[in-house]
Amino acid sequence: MKEQTLKKKRKRLVFRTVILAVMAGLVIFALISNAKEEKSVIAKGEQAPNFQLQKFGSDGETMALNDLKGKGVMVNFWATYCGPCKDEMPYMEKLYPEFKEKGVEILAVNLDSTELVVQNFIDQYNLSFPVLQDKNGQVMDLYNVSNLPATLFINSEGEIVEKVIGPLTLSKLEGHLQNIVPEE
Amino acid sequence: MNEITCECGHVNPEGTVLCEACGKPIEGNQHINGNEDKKLLNMRYDGSARRSQTYNRTIVDKIWNFFSSVKVGVWLIVLTLIASAVGTILPQEMYIPPNVDPASHYRDQYGMFGQIYYQLGFHNLFSSWWYMLLIAMIGISIVIASIDRFFPLYKTLKRQKPKRHELFMKKQRVFGVTETEQIDLELYKKNLKKRRFKIYEQDGHILAEKNRFARWGPYVNHIGLIIFLVGSLLRFVPAFYIDDFIWVREGETSMIPGTEGKYYIKNKDFILETYNEDDETDARFKEAIQKQGGPIPKTFQTNAVIYERTDDIIPGKEPELAELKDTQAKMNHPIKFDDFALYQASYQLNEFKEMTFKIHDKGNEDTNYGEFTVDLSDPKNEYTLDSGYRVEINNYFPEYEMQEGAPVSVSKYPKNPAFVFSLYPPDSEEAETSFLGIGANVDASGENDYKIGLVNFDVRDVTGLTVKKDHTLPLIALGGAIFMLGVIQGMYWNHRRIWLQPKENGVWIAGHTNKNWYALRQEINKVISGTHIQEPRDQYEKKE
Repeated sequence: MKEQTLKKKRKRLVFRTVILAVMAGLVIFALISNAKEEKSVIAKGEQAPNFQLQKFGSDGETMALNDLKGKGVMVNFWATYCGPCKDEMPYMEKLYPEFKEKGVEILAVNLDSTELVVQNFIDQYNLSFPVLQDKNGQVMDLYNVSNLPATLFINSEGEIVEKVIGPLTLSKLEGHLQNIVPEE
Repeated sequence: MNEITCECGHVNPEGTVLCEACGKPIEGNQHINGNEDKKLLNMRYDGSARRSQTYNRTIVDKIWNFFSSVKVGVWLIVLTLIASAVGTILPQEMYIPPNVDPASHYRDQYGMFGQIYYQLGFHNLFSSWWYMLLIAMIGISIVIASIDRFFPLYKTLKRQKPKRHELFMKKQRVFGVTETEQIDLELYKKNLKKRRFKIYEQDGHILAEKNRFARWGPYVNHIGLIIFLVGSLLRFVPAFYIDDFIWVREGETSMIPGTEGKYYIKNKDFILETYNEDDETDARFKEAIQKQGGPIPKTFQTNAVIYERTDDIIPGKEPELAELKDTQAKMNHPIKFDDFALYQASYQLNEFKEMTFKIHDKGNEDTNYGEFTVDLSDPKNEYTLDSGYRVEINNYFPEYEMQEGAPVSVSKYPKNPAFVFSLYPPDSEEAETSFLGIGANVDASGENDYKIGLVNFDVRDVTGLTVKKDHTLPLIALGGAIFMLGVIQGMYWNHRRIWLQPKENGVWIAGHTNKNWYALRQEINKVISGTHIQEPRDQYEKKE
């Protein structure tokens, strides 16, 4: 009798624990999924998803992120109609030669729809780093970027080290670039 | 476990209020259902031992008991209702204008109250974590409360014996004593059978029961509700549910969001029809059309081609596409392919597509030195005219605005295009520069001989399509159907029991139902007609 009672008790505890655990699991799943939807940009520490885009000022030459494995990569989302984006272009141009030596590539992903406008801009600002054409905003969608400018710093392992939404100052830009210089 | 052995010999689990077999009120447990000092028994859950009322030892038990309580469940529902109501006082964040800072918007528009509203998170109530937690707790409460009530009730009804304790009989709401020796029990049983009662007998005691399954209605209903909740939970999983939106310009091919780059759509043509009061079929709406003043859309549709990408999917890379179908999306008639549906949801009309300009003398608009057409989505660097004139586009602003005295573009869409042109007359290396926009034609130097004027333009429409994939619907429909079955099961049938107890000089009769006592008494009257059993009285009414 006594043993049977103990058994019943244990059974009850296990049953209740299992039911509660299953339901707690569902609730946690719902809460996490809900929180994820609100996230605007792919999180730090994640692997940067690959993309391949055409380069401005070339005859259909494309560049893919995966081709740059082993280098640090800064991906800057910008457009000519975005004021703050224009402001940081000279900073990027200024730091580009130095960091290219150190193994860091800058990719400026442009979201304009007309090549003429962008080409004019590139000529006017004398940009030497590759400017890529994301006419339909596919890569922007891929990275869940909704506001310009947005900048991602990716290390040589392809991991996102830092994301910056909004404009960068020269010193901040330099600091972030320093962080993704590949180790010798 | 302290089991309780009743005088009838049945062993009841701890916490039992009425003996499972004979219904005798178990001493010391009557407070559980509030039976003390009452003339009638509270028959909820048939006096079964609801475990939650009994065990409270481990933390698991405590959590379990919290959710098992109907009182807690009702409070959760009330709180959710209040929160939902508050969430409708001010517009939710998704309905405020885009590109405004919500923090200042709520403060500026609604003052102090708006600020509090925003800071408490009511602006995003229906996806806030605490609102979801409330809903989840209601779900948990439904599951646990059902488990805790269904099983004891099921067991008790299964174990009940026809032979009831006298106290149980007397304390039923419908109860009657008949003192005569001429009772026709055979007719009584025949009548019961005719009325589809199931008859159980024990030592001359008769239990007649029908529609026990109606008691399971609420639990079936709750199972449906849980399936429904799980279905809506699966909407967070992209494999089950996608709800996205896409704008496509006429002539353009775009990737369909939510398909992971697998499908593309080309907008061949967007068609908008409006009501026309001169039209024969629309003439009956004449008054309404005139009242509205502007055009009223009658139907709009997109003629489109759906493509499937055939090469490896690398975002941004120029895709290789194979045509899947050439079709159209109309209101309520979506384009369907694979698991997806594209619904015609919105449109923008008359976006500039091409502009045609002509070169003429500055002072004379009737002269014409040639025309050229600029494709606004892909303007060329220069245009050479047959007449030998050459025009270079120095700058192009798709949607221009003047900021600090200089033109800038605020978007990439040609909503208000403007150009800076350089005009080279034949055999001349000297350029004339001018700025040209809608309502603006500025001569840069003031010494130009020629002028460029807009002669024609071409527009195109933009269609807005909702992208949907929904595999949760079957599950939600199933949940809803089970929910309704439970409601029907519990609503349209009543669980009725009639006990008959032989006495030395006549019989006792008692009846119980879970609802609709009047119908129970009517049924008892029909069953006892001709049997010499006297009509039982409703003791509850008598007390009034």
